[in-house]
Amino acid sequence: MTQADDKPNATGHILVDHLRVRFGSKAAAVEAVSDVSMEVKPGEFVSIIGPSGCGKSTLLNVVAGFVKPSEGTVTMDGKATDKPSADRGMVFQQYSLFPWLSVRKNVEFGLKQKGMDANHREEAARTLLGLAGLLAFENHYPDQLSGGMKQRVGIVRALATSPQVLLMDEPFGALDAQTRVVMQQILTNMWQRFRISVLFITHDIDESIFLSDRVYVMTARPGRIKAEIPILLPRPRTPDMASCPEYLRIKQQLRDLITEESLKAMGGELKDSGLAGFDVEVGPKGVAELI
Amino acid sequence: MRTATSLNRVDPQAAEVAQGPSLALAPKPEVTPSGVSSAAQQAETPLRRVAAWLRSALPKLLMTMLSLGLFVAFWYFATKYKLDFYIRFTNIPSPGEVWDNAARLAQSDKFYNNMYVSLRRILLGFSIATVLGVALGLLIGQYRGARALLFPLFETLRPVPAIAWVPMAIMLWPTNETSIVFITFLGSFFPILLNTIHGVNSVDPVLLRAARCLGTSEYGLLRQVVLPASLPHIFTGLAIGMGVAWVSLIAAEMISGQFGIGYFTWEAYSLIEYADIAIGMIVIGVLGLLCSGAIRILGNMLMPWMAGPTHGGQK
Ligand SMILES: Nc1ncnc2c1ncn2[C@@H]1O[C@H](COP(=O)(O)OP(=O)(O)OP(=O)(O)O)[C@@H](O)[C@H]1O
Ligand SMILES: [Mg+2]
Repeated sequence: MTQADDKPNATGHILVDHLRVRFGSKAAAVEAVSDVSMEVKPGEFVSIIGPSGCGKSTLLNVVAGFVKPSEGTVTMDGKATDKPSADRGMVFQQYSLFPWLSVRKNVEFGLKQKGMDANHREEAARTLLGLAGLLAFENHYPDQLSGGMKQRVGIVRALATSPQVLLMDEPFGALDAQTRVVMQQILTNMWQRFRISVLFITHDIDESIFLSDRVYVMTARPGRIKAEIPILLPRPRTPDMASCPEYLRIKQQLRDLITEESLKAMGGELKDSGLAGFDVEVGPKGVAELI
Repeated sequence: MRTATSLNRVDPQAAEVAQGPSLALAPKPEVTPSGVSSAAQQAETPLRRVAAWLRSALPKLLMTMLSLGLFVAFWYFATKYKLDFYIRFTNIPSPGEVWDNAARLAQSDKFYNNMYVSLRRILLGFSIATVLGVALGLLIGQYRGARALLFPLFETLRPVPAIAWVPMAIMLWPTNETSIVFITFLGSFFPILLNTIHGVNSVDPVLLRAARCLGTSEYGLLRQVVLPASLPHIFTGLAIGMGVAWVSLIAAEMISGQFGIGYFTWEAYSLIEYADIAIGMIVIGVLGLLCSGAIRILGNMLMPWMAGPTHGGQK
């Protein structure tokens, strides 16, 4: 590990170029992602934020290799991401630990697939669990852990195979606010230690500001990139930054962008459900008044 | 918004986590309840635990003895007074006769041999059914091609009860022994197969995706994810399969047997040894119970995670 601090790894570069994803057959096709171009530079922490159903998970699944692009390309370090690989670690919103394996065996799982022998696996897993403050729980089964701990194990498991990027789909979505904040700090810490690229999906504006170098805002479905907001707050980030003017400015900006899109998405639904008949102008303004 | 306020409220210790290299701090809200309860268990002495168990189990135990006692009492009086009201107790052996015959049979090598033969048939037929049922179930559940090819065949054969195969099996297999093992196998094969398929189909897809992201090969996925994830369903299949295996075995032994506890029971009827019929029935019941118990113990051993606080709480 000889990465100079000012120059992160040269690997883990994700490039999404004019990506379009359609589901279903031609006649009844649903366009989930529409002409998205974006990138995650090596070692960068990038978040995607956008209204529900706008195609965030779909985008991430293409990067992971679970979904094929209908048009456009997605590459990591120049290679198409056409199937899942241990180079791209993934953390899911749902708890995805193997319930029949102890915490340590869960972390060892990826290393076992690589053919690493049992002693080295155990050593590596214990080191990582120690970093995440989970060593005391190495022999517990997942069902015996709290939600926050399960997600921490999930992150550690994804990091164990030394991936170039970590893909995270609302990993803290199911956690309570307090646990969430702690998890964000743990994740930041892990990210700085491992110096890998992270593509992070969230609904939470504060979470995206606190964690990211850059935030992409997506439009309502079919998802497109609406804006790209650099977060230039210094690191390490601390919770009290939440009251500094730069933070508040970014937050306001993100909130405006997202509110606009959410209302657009809801406006469509309301119109579909026949609310348009209520003599309300169904558009961002009209709905805002309705609420 | 909510998180914004909580960001401000976070204690300074947590803020240190973000900067400091040490992550060893365990966040307060995440102390597990299981940690607390295991400490409480250690404080309890074994003696007190046994006492507590007795206190909770005693009423149930008494009720069990009462209902069994009533049954034997009815049996005793019905045979003593040769009760005859549509069902006839005139030829039924009394509990005393059964007891006496049992004491005699307990000395008989021939009787033990019958038990041994039946158990061997069960073990063989059931083991083959387990290996084939689980292996084919995994393939059919996991691979569309295997499903398309094999499932229609099994769906066609499945409605034919194993016992209906008896004449065909006698012609099909070279010895009587193999045809009985075949019938036993058939009885347990389908429950095991179907439950395994069901288990594979109900594997949480996120586990498969997680495994793929961790670099699992296709075989690794089957062996290390699909199989363990399906184990609870597989064991349901094994428990049902064991029951059906006994049904099929006893029927096959009665029809075509030489030796075996089913044969013994039927022979007792032909020889007018009526007390032996009851003994045969009781032994069949006890052996079946022991086999099901063995499956349950094996299941608990292979699935230690199912004994956790969320699963094995009450039995
Ligand atoms: N396999 C699929 N088949 C058909 N439609 C799909 C499929 N997966 C996703 N979609 C549709 O594509 C759209 C985008 O879904 P996606 O899950 O990517 O949204 P999302 O932004 O992650 O939403 P959320 O924030 O609620 O998680 C949705 O309208 C969804 O119904
Ligand atoms: Mg999603």
